[in-house]
Order: sequence, then C-alpha cells, then structure tokens
Amino acid sequence: MGRKLLIEKAHIEGIRSFDVYRREGGYRSVEKALKTMSPDDVTEEVKKSGLRGRGGAGFPTGMKWSFLAKPEGVPRYLVCNADESEPGTFKDRFLMEKIPHLLIEGLIVSSYALGSNRTYIYIRGEYAWIVDILEEAIAEANQNGFLGKNILGTGFDCQIYVQRGGGAYICGEETALIESLEGKRGNPRIKPPFPAVKGVWGCPTVVNNVETLAAVVPIINMGGEEYIKIGVGRSTGTKLISACGNINKPGVYEIDMTISVEEFIYSDEYCGGIKNGKRLKACIPGGSSVPILPANLLLKTAKGETRMMNYESLSDGGFATGTMMGSGGFIVLDEDQCVVKHTLTLARFYRHESCGQCSPCREGTGWMEKILQKIESGRGEMSDIDLLWDIQRKIEGNTICPLGDAAAWPVAAAIRHFRDEFEWHITNREECLTRNFGLAHYADPLEVSPTA
Amino acid sequence: MAEEKKLFKVTIDNITLDVEPGTTILNAARQIGGEVVPPAMCYYSKLEGSGGKCRTCLVEVAQGSTADPRPMPKLVASCRTTVMDGMVVKNITSERVVDARNGVVEFLLLNHPLDCPVCDQAGECHLQDLSYEHGKEGTRYEFKRRTFPKHDLGKYIQLHMTRCILCYRCVFTADQLTNKRVHGILDRGDHAEIATYIEKSLDNDFIGNVIDVCPVGALTDKTFRFKNRVWFLKPVDAHCNCSKCSGKVTLWYRGDEVFRVTARKDQYGEVEDWICNECRFEKKKTSDWIIEGPREISRHSVISQGHYVGMEKPKEPLSEVLNGRQPKLLMDIHSISEVNKPGKQLSMIDGPAHSTDFQSETK
Repeated sequence: MGRKLLIEKAHIEGIRSFDVYRREGGYRSVEKALKTMSPDDVTEEVKKSGLRGRGGAGFPTGMKWSFLAKPEGVPRYLVCNADESEPGTFKDRFLMEKIPHLLIEGLIVSSYALGSNRTYIYIRGEYAWIVDILEEAIAEANQNGFLGKNILGTGFDCQIYVQRGGGAYICGEETALIESLEGKRGNPRIKPPFPAVKGVWGCPTVVNNVETLAAVVPIINMGGEEYIKIGVGRSTGTKLISACGNINKPGVYEIDMTISVEEFIYSDEYCGGIKNGKRLKACIPGGSSVPILPANLLLKTAKGETRMMNYESLSDGGFATGTMMGSGGFIVLDEDQCVVKHTLTLARFYRHESCGQCSPCREGTGWMEKILQKIESGRGEMSDIDLLWDIQRKIEGNTICPLGDAAAWPVAAAIRHFRDEFEWHITNREECLTRNFGLAHYADPLEVSPTA
Repeated sequence: MAEEKKLFKVTIDNITLDVEPGTTILNAARQIGGEVVPPAMCYYSKLEGSGGKCRTCLVEVAQGSTADPRPMPKLVASCRTTVMDGMVVKNITSERVVDARNGVVEFLLLNHPLDCPVCDQAGECHLQDLSYEHGKEGTRYEFKRRTFPKHDLGKYIQLHMTRCILCYRCVFTADQLTNKRVHGILDRGDHAEIATYIEKSLDNDFIGNVIDVCPVGALTDKTFRFKNRVWFLKPVDAHCNCSKCSGKVTLWYRGDEVFRVTARKDQYGEVEDWICNECRFEKKKTSDWIIEGPREISRHSVISQGHYVGMEKPKEPLSEVLNGRQPKLLMDIHSISEVNKPGKQLSMIDGPAHSTDFQSETK
C-alpha cells in the first residue's frame, strides 16, 4: 500500500469544516512556516523536496519560485491554477471538493514563501459549487486568524480571492489565465516576459496547480529531505491520478510513483482491471494532450523494462515509444474502442478550445478535425494520413502557447502507433462503419532488439 | 563625456550588424533590408503590443548570445524576440524556417477565399504577396471554407470577416488610436470574429485607419470599394492643413478624379502618419489638397504597372548582331493590329487602356 499524503484524510466526516480539519492536524504547516521559518527557508525546503509541477509540464516548483523577480515596492502575486479542463483529469476537483482546507493551507504557506499578500484561486467556471466550498473554507480560515491581517501575530498579511473563469480550456495556460484574471479575453501572452517577471497587472507572479500547492503542506510538515524519500529518482512525493475509461474502478488515486503501470491498472487497490473482462488496447496516461500508447508499449518500455508510474519511466523512449506523466488523467481504452474515433473526439475538442490568436493552431486544429471526420465516416484516402502527419508537424512548436502542441501530439501518436487502424478505416470503408478494428496486435509482446 | 552606448552584435543570415539593445530581430533584419527581412502579417511597428500572432516571421536562433551560445529549441517569432549580443539568426538560410513558413502560409490561406480577382484588396494585399513569395502552388484543403456575412461598421467602413486572418491590428488601432474602444474579438478559434459589440458603429475621428492597417481585404473603404482597381490609379503625395491630423496623405487619381485618400505607406506597408476620417473620406477634390508629386511605388508592385513616363528604352541589339543588316520583316504587327500603337502613351490614358482609345486615333 502506497503512502498517502494529500487525500489520506479526505474521507473523514466533516473534514470540509475548519474544526475537524484542525483537529486532524491541519494548519500545522502554517504555524511551522510562519513562526519558525523565513520565506527563503520555505522556498529552500520546497527546492529540496524535488517537487515537480503537477499541472502537466512537471517543472520543478522550487526552481520556479526562485525565478520570481523581487523588485522593491512592487507587489507579488501567487495564483492557484484550478482551471482543470484537460479531458480525463479531475484530481483537483476531488481535492478541492473533499478537503478544501488543504489547498487553503498550502496557499498560505506558499504565499508566505513568495511574499504574496493577495493570492488568487482561478477556478474553472463549471466548478461553480466548488467556489462556494472554497469561499466557505476561506471565511473559516479568516475567522480563525489564518488569513487576513497579521496572521498568527507574525505580521504577515494574506488574503485569498476566488475568481471564476468562463469555462475555457485555454485559460488553464498560465498567461491566458492571467489575462482572464485581469478581466480580459483569455488569450495567451507572448513570452518572454514570463509571469515570474511580468504577470498579473504587470507584477511578478507565480502560477501553480492546485495539487502542487497542496503538496507544499506535507513538505513543510515532514521536511523536504523526508519528502524526497518517497518516490524514485526525480519523481518525488505522491501524485494524484484520476483514472477513467474502461476500468472497473474509476476515481482519484494517490500513488507514490513506485508502482508499475500494470499494477495500477489491474490491482484491486487501484483501477481493478478492465471492465467486463475485456482486454487492454491503449491508454493515455496523462490527460488528453499526452501521446496515446498501445498496450504493449504501455506496460513495457521499448527496452523491455517494466514501465512504472512516474515522470521518467512514462517518458522513457521520448515520443517515439514513450509518453508523458502530464496532469495525471489516466484514460484507459479497451479492445472495443476505436482509436480513429477517439482521436477525432480529441481533435474536435482542441478545435473548439483553440483561442484563435495564432494561425497554425486556429486553422490547423479545424483542418485536422475535418480530415479525421472524413476518415472516421469512411470517406478517407490514404494520402489523408500523410496529410494529417504533415499538418500536426507544422503546428507543433510553431504556436504561441502549448495548446498547439497539445493538439498535435495526440494525432501524431495515434498515427505513429495505430497507423494500421487508420489504414484499415480507409481500405474498409463500409466495414469501418459497422465494426471496430479491435485489439489486433496492439497487445502482442514487443520484440526487443538485442543491441538496444 | 557621454557614456558610450553598448551595441549588440547580431548576425542574420550571415550578415552581421550592430543594433541598439532592445531591438527585435525583425527590426534588426529591416535595418539590413532585402531578402533577409522576415515577412510580417500581424506586426505593425506603430502599434504597441502587436505581433507574435501570425507566425509568418518565425526564425531560427542558432546561437542565443555570446554568453549563452545554446540554440533556441523552437523557432521564435522575430517580431517579438529581442536580440542578444552575439545572437546568430537564420532566416532564409534555415530549412526549418522555410518549411514552417510554408506551413503558416498554407494555414492562413486555409479559410481565406482564393478569389483575389474579385477582391477589392487585390494588388495591395499582403497575404497575396506572402503566398506568392512563400507559399506553394495549389491547396490541399478540400473542405468548405468558413464564411461570414458582411457587416457595416459605421457609414464608411465595411467588414468582411470571411477574408480576415485575425492579425488583431485593427483591434490595437481602435484601442490605441481612438479614445473609445468599441471594437474587439468575439468567439474563439476558427470561428472568432472581429466585431463591434452589438453592431455599434465606429464613429470616431481616427477609426478609418483600420482600413490602412488591415493586411487583407477584410476592412474596406465604402467610399472607394469596387470603384476601381488600385493598379489603374496613380498615387500622388499631397498634404493639407488639418486641425486633427498631420494631413499628409496619398491621393489615388484616375484622370483628374480623386478616387480615394489613404495614409502614406512605407515599403513594409506601414503608414507613416495616421490620418483622420475627414481627410480620408470627405476631401475628395484636388482643390482640397496641396500636391507634392507622384508617390514612389516599388517596381515589384502591380500598382507601378502602366507608369511608363521617363522610361529608358533598351538598346536595340539586332543591328549589332547582324553586322549592320536590318532583319527582314515578314509582317509588321502595327500595320494589321488596331491596338498596340507604339505612338500611344499608355501613361497618358486615364485608366486602363481600352480599344476605344486606339480607335479614335485610326478613325
């Protein structure tokens, strides 16, 4: 049984209220940090812990914090990115819904470390009821002196505000989030300048994911050196995985990055195997924008090693044979699922969510969707596959923000690993409307070349 | 003694020059000029915050700076990336850039109607030039293009979103030049559209400038729209004493009639001085203006066609080649044809040459 740090107490009755949360040992990290540590000590502790951003990119949090510009007389801001819109990801929702005080606690400690007196939670518009939960938690923290002026008599002021977004995926990108927070249209900004130098209202800003900020609490409580012992290599601590798709037990699981992908899918503690006794065909392990992998490559790396649930192992082999940890939206596809249709669904999503600011993403996402629609409905040509490949290649890396990459990767990976399924759709135009390609050879053991 | 300003050394396509710190790669390239200048569809030097959107100006940075010689992993938008000391930039010498630009041109043309012959912007359209220079022949897009109904923005300007490439220049213009912003973008993605909220008209003294900044035919002048082809008009610089603006304009003549008034545009299609609506839309008589002289137009532009006055005739090499002998003419086309009279000065005709221009001579 893996160790749990974040959602261990999420099921205690009444944990949403301040009193129960405090009784269970909540807000200890605020006392410890504000009374015994300097802001730089807190940053140093987070650096030591090796905590990596849980929002998708996996950038070391301590490093991000140390990049924050600190000019005299200019306010600094911490913004919590709760705009969790990635298809397949719902870990932050669980965390905020069940144990909101953990996020508030993490925010207070992080605000202290960064010197932010006004801290924002930017939450996606669809999470309307969670806004109420968070605001109640903030009010309780205020009443008990953990927020507001002169917190715990230490002279540190901090207030947290919850801002609801309009429900756009693009506002999860940090600069678009900042624009939206300022009340403008949520278009990503052109970087540089980075938010660490010019963020909210032109002031230095740090934007972190909900889970990242919540993870600061156990780091301060147990110390960075203790935290780094959980997990392996550069994947330290625990990670929330929101598992969904054709599995017996969908839900949010906290893993400590030492289990294998196979164990995560099949063990009763986690997903509990594939639903209805079907076989595993493919999986997207990190939310919709990371590359999809067929079953054989998912369970074993190209070198023949067992693939583990952590940052390094999942990305082993690069994009040719690997994928990414992403935001932890674990989507499992069984043998009855059609990869072409699945890719079309994702392409439609990205077309719909593209902000339309820069041309490759605005035009390319729509084009890809139309071609995929054509193939899916049995009107495709062989040249369409190469065309798709060429389009995704010209979008990737040429856009302002990572949405272009996120739209290109799923299509690229689907063609890379499931090209025969696409070809089957084109050669069997009638048949593909009535039946699926099935599992085919996607779960066959891989041949490992002896030199590799 | 004044402190000597440190200049940054930057190399673009193997041409090295010194520029002021804070200069963007694009502006450094413009200092060199010629082929190394990346094309720009959305960047406009006079509009703060413009650029970075169209991605046509992508360049490869092969060396970040002398201090940090690592190359940048992605292609960067040259209009928004400032130079560093010792930076090495590859524009047309980089295959990646040529390939990416090719892709961007294709993306820009994806939903743009390919009906230049009926578009009012033809001849002075940046997208037309861009696709001619950097695009491929033909399109691989086989689906329906997105279309929008035409909108009237006030009594002078018409918006046709079908042609828009969402460069945001007009939004910046409305934002920065006029004192009341009623102009922005609705929706997102490929169905985003430039709009005034609930059809509010743009009644502002300087709003006419959005026509000049528009790189395509999305925003057009209703007082000029479809009245004439730009290459049949003769641009002439003129000025007037205007209380609101600089009054420095280009008049577009056909014969002695002023068809339209625009701001003066430089070689990158950017206006030199903004002009007010009164100068642009109301003063369409020669008597309103003080004429300065013909405007110089790049010889590569179609607008310069038909401007033959002062042209030097090329040397006739035949007699030299044939050792003084004259070629034996089997037929002189001028003796048969009713048009193509060598004595007729095309530049002196008001507008496009027409058969009647030649008939009057023969009859």
